[in-house]
Amino acid sequence: MAFTYSEKVMDHFANPRNVGEIENADGIGEVGNSKCGDIMKMYLKIEGNVLVDVKFKTFGCGAAIATSSMATELIKGKTIDEALKLTNKAVMEALDGLPPVKVHCSVLAEQAIKAAISDYYKKQGIDPTPIVGDIGDCDHCDHCE
Amino acid sequence: MREIYADNAATTKLSPVVLEKMMPYLTEVYGNPSSLYGIGQEAKNAVETARANIAKNLGASNPNEIYFTSGGSESDNWALKGVCERLKSKGKKHIITTKFEHHAILHTCKALEKQGFEVTYLDVYEDGIVKPEDVEKAIREDTAIVSVMYANNEIGTIQPIAEIGKICRAHKVLFHTDAVQAAGYVKINVVEENIDLLSMTAHKIHGPKGCGLLYIRKGILINNLIEGGAQERNKRAGTENIAGIVGLDAALQIAVDTMEERCKKLCALRDKLIDGLLQIPKSRLNGSREKRLPSNVNMCFEGIEGESLLLRLEMNGISASSGSACTSGSLDPSHVLLAIGLPHEIAHGSTRMTFDESTTEEDIDYILEVVPKIVKLLRDMSPLWEKIKDK
Ligand SMILES: Cc1ncc(COP(=O)(O)O)c(C=O)c1O
Repeated sequence: MAFTYSEKVMDHFANPRNVGEIENADGIGEVGNSKCGDIMKMYLKIEGNVLVDVKFKTFGCGAAIATSSMATELIKGKTIDEALKLTNKAVMEALDGLPPVKVHCSVLAEQAIKAAISDYYKKQGIDPTPIVGDIGDCDHCDHCE
Repeated sequence: MREIYADNAATTKLSPVVLEKMMPYLTEVYGNPSSLYGIGQEAKNAVETARANIAKNLGASNPNEIYFTSGGSESDNWALKGVCERLKSKGKKHIITTKFEHHAILHTCKALEKQGFEVTYLDVYEDGIVKPEDVEKAIREDTAIVSVMYANNEIGTIQPIAEIGKICRAHKVLFHTDAVQAAGYVKINVVEENIDLLSMTAHKIHGPKGCGLLYIRKGILINNLIEGGAQERNKRAGTENIAGIVGLDAALQIAVDTMEERCKKLCALRDKLIDGLLQIPKSRLNGSREKRLPSNVNMCFEGIEGESLLLRLEMNGISASSGSACTSGSLDPSHVLLAIGLPHEIAHGSTRMTFDESTTEEDIDYILEVVPKIVKLLRDMSPLWEKIKDK
């Protein structure tokens, strides 16, 4: 079980960075569903266009927790534009890879960030669609069917 | 750190006593039982001695009703495929089994469905126990075989095998049971319980991996699964796994001899662990508490996912297992937990711990110290827990 995960994954699982909530967050995104066994929730504090703080809460497997943790690390202190460019592949690479059945966890991490940024724009009264694009959602994924 | 192996339903440690009995057949007595010279005949004698002793321990009336195989999976495949393919020409095309069988049965049924057999998958209800009257109602004119496991491998529930056997015999339908998990923990008597075919494997009872048996009551029509040489009275080809067969016999003998005391001790430990873990809010025991293997604890903790729990147990020296999708690699949560009616999100948060005679009270105390902390930690970071904790 554990041996199928890289040391980096296990490190982020055992000592997840940026766990928790942000009070009065500027953007909150939640993706996944309990049916497939993963829910990720991202909280953003945004000043100017910089993500000055990022926190997460995740229900899910070891890879789900590790990818959430790594994703928060990769975007913290970055601009919104940079955060939007974060791909699931980059998260996986930063974790030295994931077992094939766990790739969807990294997709969730990417989606969670986009969902939180969308929420931020919505709160500003700005339509996020042209900026963030299509997030993709669980109901249309065939991963757990 | 304390190391606890709590996955004895997956497999067990080979008993040193069993290994010692096996050793001669891995070394000096390497002969082929089909050969007529000394070491061949010595090997043959070992196989036949084991066969007779195993027959006695299972309550079989004739040693020749015991057929050695490569393990539980082969025995399950053989029982169903062998009987169904044979009875097809007699117009039988229906199989009755349950929703929570091991995949060795379920996938075999799927394969037989492709050949045109119809399969009824019986409900196992919330307590994980098949109702004998459901079996009776499902029996049809064209039913070839009923297959109900003796005890479930995930939730440890023990099925009313004698009652089901009686019903099948009365309706003249063959009855197979997968006793892979029950053997060594439950007194089995194939004659008294009207069992026609029974699967067993050595590695769940401190015997070696890769050796099992199929009990086939005398007179039952069954096709071969493995074709080739004349071994096992022309029914199962392949040079015998002598050391494995000797190990299977030795392991079963020890299990039978120690059953009463061992199970009493295990039940006490199991019940202590269950009571302790049920103190955790929104936890539940999966499967009947009373009709349960002495070695099995299977719990769900709402709001957390099973693989995360397992990884943290492992970090604390505890080897357990989970019905979570994520551990199986199949992405769906355990079919057993879904069969007893758990919703997906709760089934994802299950953990199974299965013990053996080496488990101590201190081990249980340690688990009871560790698990609540892990559950709290994971719940604190779970957005699902937030939503359900006050419900
Ligand atoms: C109920 C049940 N049936 C069959 C098997 C398969 O047995 P084996 O591993 O010997 O093929 C197992 C073990 O995994 C089991 O628990």
